[in-house]
Amino acid sequence: MNKYTEDDLREELKTKEYEYGFYTDIESDTLPIGLNEDIVRAISAKKEEPEWMTQWRLESFRVWQSMVEPEWANIQYDKPDFQAISYYSAPNKKPKYNSIDEVDPELLDTFKKLGISLDEQKKLAGVAMDVVVDSVSVATTFKKTLSEKGIIFCSISEAIKEHPDLVKKYMGTVVPKTDNFYAALNSAVFSDGSFCYIPKGVKCPMELSTYFRINQAGTGQFERTLVIADEDSYVSYLEGCTAPSRDENQLHAAVVELIALDNAEIKYSTVQNWYPGNAEGKGGVYNFVTKRGLCEKNAKISWTQVETGSAITWKYPSCVLKGDNSVGEFYSIAVTNNFQQADTGTKMIHLGKNTKSTIISKGISAGKSQNSYRGLVKISPNADNARNFSQCDSLLMGNECGAHTFPYIEAKNKSAKIEHEATTSKIGEDQIFYCNQRGIDTEKAIALIVNGFSKDVLNKLPMEFAVEAQKLLEISLEGSVG
Amino acid sequence: MELKEKLIASFMAFENTVDLNSPIHDIRSEAIKTFENHGFPTKKDEAWKYTSLNSILKHNYSVFPKHENTIAFNDVKKYFIHDIDSYKIVFIDGKYSSYLSQTTHDGIDVCLMSAALTKPKYRPIIENYFNTIASKDGLIALNTAFSQEGAYIYIGKNKSVDKPVQILHFSTGVEAALLLQPRNLIIVDQNSHLQIIERHQSLTDNPVLTNSVTEIFADKRAIVDYYKIQNDNENASLIDNTFIDQKQESVVSVHTFSFGGKLTRNNLNFYQYGERIESTLKGVTILGNKQHVDHHTLVRHTEPNCESHQDYKGIFGDAATGVFNGKIIVNKEAQKTNAYQANNNILLSDKASINTKPQLEIFADDVKCSHGCTIGQLDESAMFYMRSRGIPEKEAKALLMYAFSNNVLESVKIPELKQRINKIIATKLGVNIGFDL
Repeated sequence: MNKYTEDDLREELKTKEYEYGFYTDIESDTLPIGLNEDIVRAISAKKEEPEWMTQWRLESFRVWQSMVEPEWANIQYDKPDFQAISYYSAPNKKPKYNSIDEVDPELLDTFKKLGISLDEQKKLAGVAMDVVVDSVSVATTFKKTLSEKGIIFCSISEAIKEHPDLVKKYMGTVVPKTDNFYAALNSAVFSDGSFCYIPKGVKCPMELSTYFRINQAGTGQFERTLVIADEDSYVSYLEGCTAPSRDENQLHAAVVELIALDNAEIKYSTVQNWYPGNAEGKGGVYNFVTKRGLCEKNAKISWTQVETGSAITWKYPSCVLKGDNSVGEFYSIAVTNNFQQADTGTKMIHLGKNTKSTIISKGISAGKSQNSYRGLVKISPNADNARNFSQCDSLLMGNECGAHTFPYIEAKNKSAKIEHEATTSKIGEDQIFYCNQRGIDTEKAIALIVNGFSKDVLNKLPMEFAVEAQKLLEISLEGSVG
Repeated sequence: MELKEKLIASFMAFENTVDLNSPIHDIRSEAIKTFENHGFPTKKDEAWKYTSLNSILKHNYSVFPKHENTIAFNDVKKYFIHDIDSYKIVFIDGKYSSYLSQTTHDGIDVCLMSAALTKPKYRPIIENYFNTIASKDGLIALNTAFSQEGAYIYIGKNKSVDKPVQILHFSTGVEAALLLQPRNLIIVDQNSHLQIIERHQSLTDNPVLTNSVTEIFADKRAIVDYYKIQNDNENASLIDNTFIDQKQESVVSVHTFSFGGKLTRNNLNFYQYGERIESTLKGVTILGNKQHVDHHTLVRHTEPNCESHQDYKGIFGDAATGVFNGKIIVNKEAQKTNAYQANNNILLSDKASINTKPQLEIFADDVKCSHGCTIGQLDESAMFYMRSRGIPEKEAKALLMYAFSNNVLESVKIPELKQRINKIIATKLGVNIGFDL
């Protein structure tokens, strides 16, 4: 029998290199480093934005200047020097392509390595891709099918030009520019992102999908995503990321806003696999993300995330359950290895009556990593019959890592029903023994147990994504054991 | 004058009354500096996020009561667990009351902090233990700076103390507003056993703020049971800071029964230094009106094979607010730790609120740590069952609440105390239930 033990797994995890670490050499159009009002204006000008947008950015920048970086999270890192970052980088061959042949071959190569080459994607049933390489959308497919239904799916800069009314009406309503340090920074300098509008009564026929890549050395990526589901509509949105190996820390501060109007449903799934730094904890992406959704009457927002990458993750996808009978869900797997640190969780703010929320969070820590769950469940005085269920499980591999939970629960209504459970465990010797006894070797047993531990969340991912998520889990944890 | 400035100024006056050559003079002077730097905690401090001291710090508290006061035993008899024999250490307005007390030096020391701090024979113990585990934040430093009186208990090796020790603090309202800062030191040596019941009681409507610090040292295989009864009137506030240092195989339990007071904050800290230690933290909180109780617990596991159990039940009516913040830290050496934490709450009214934050910080992989936390209501079907059998609504409710808090109540090891707590609960709920739990 193969003598594969947990120690071997740990060893393997330590040495396993980031498989998707490669760097595409595309000429980029990069602004000088540093941040001031001129840079903000320059970004706005480069993107040919209308005056109101420029003003909006400047206001955000002024707010940002008066704010300080938050320090409450359970993470340690060297603070990025915000004046040492270039805030804009776009592939300079910018024309919009109508056919795949026009696309820079090097770029296509990148996609091939990722296993998501455009032509392959086109053939893949029902997935429209808005491919983002270094912040600017360079190719959009399946746009026609979508536009027939009246669905708008484009880059945010395009939306600012083409659909200013919608952008003006909704941008900054869920995550105000004053919300927090990173949200304010993003509001000032966001380079691009996706915009999606589903009209009344429309069920989006395919999964909308965006792949982000950070590509240019020393540039931060500031994505801005706005998804609006009008009354009675439905959309499933996928977001996935991989990034090249790089020694210097890259900053990522995205903002995602979801708006689900009456009876609408939004399903937002993320697979995040940015460069986590090497085995010594050098390099890696800093991921400071603000994600929030607003539910009107009978609406539902569901966040599913698989977090395997980034040196630092600071991310709390939240739901504001404003309308009566609205539903919020959060399913998360966070895997940390080597020197990775994750402080992630969710906020469920119950404002309406009969609102429901479910939180399932699975943390897996290995190596010398720290994995924290931080969540808030708040029941306001008017939220009669609110219901919450939270479950936070942690799996520890080795005793140099840590697992932490910081659940905040605030109830101000007597009819609230709230449950919270948390457990911490390791892979039990008895579990492995049980498998061994039945002829399953240790390697497979560990894979089985880790998979079983995460299944609750993996099952929530859309089909197209589940495969990728499995792959990422394998890379970041299971190694060859899967 | 702000309370903080007043306290700092009072420290000068306080220094004139105490022996400056005493070994704790340096500790006091350092503590007042710490207090000067930190001041009182505000809602901006993460640990005080849900509890604001503003409303209780606004009074012009007297730091040293000017008059000594006496009270007749019959007036306060009901606050004692009087149907059992016990040692008693009683303070009236912060001053020791010898005629209400019953102390001893016979084999064990059950006496006063003022004696321990001044008499040379206690000096080695004071130097070894005093202020060694209390944390150094503002409120605790304030207590340390003014530390003078309180209970001092030293139990030598291999002694099972024959009767419980009752520590009672009365305030009589001689001052318009009074700040009390009792300081207790309790040392239980190897293989010894001690039970303590502590209670703070205000006898008038004048505001009282008690900022109490207790340090408990449980040596190898020692057993300590500590019961805190908090059923004060609604002008009295209590900030209780208890620090417990446990050695190998010791067993310490602290039960907190919070039924009264305007604002009660319990900082309960367990530090385990040894293997196979057991720590138990349990509490029942039943509040109404605008009362506020904040339980802040910390259990630090540093060595293998230890256990900790936490079980806090809360029932909140009217506009009462409850806070629970439980933290378990498991160091990476502390393998095979079994830590459990439960916090169950019932909200009876729409104005009542509960904020809870059960925290786990775990650095060891081979551990069993879990926590559970619920907020809910009384079971309607159970209510219906009882009412359909002729039990009035109020009694039915009370029965359910008893049942809800029962697994905390049943672990009280002194039967008379258990009965007394049952009685307090019955009074609080306005029912007359004739059974023993």
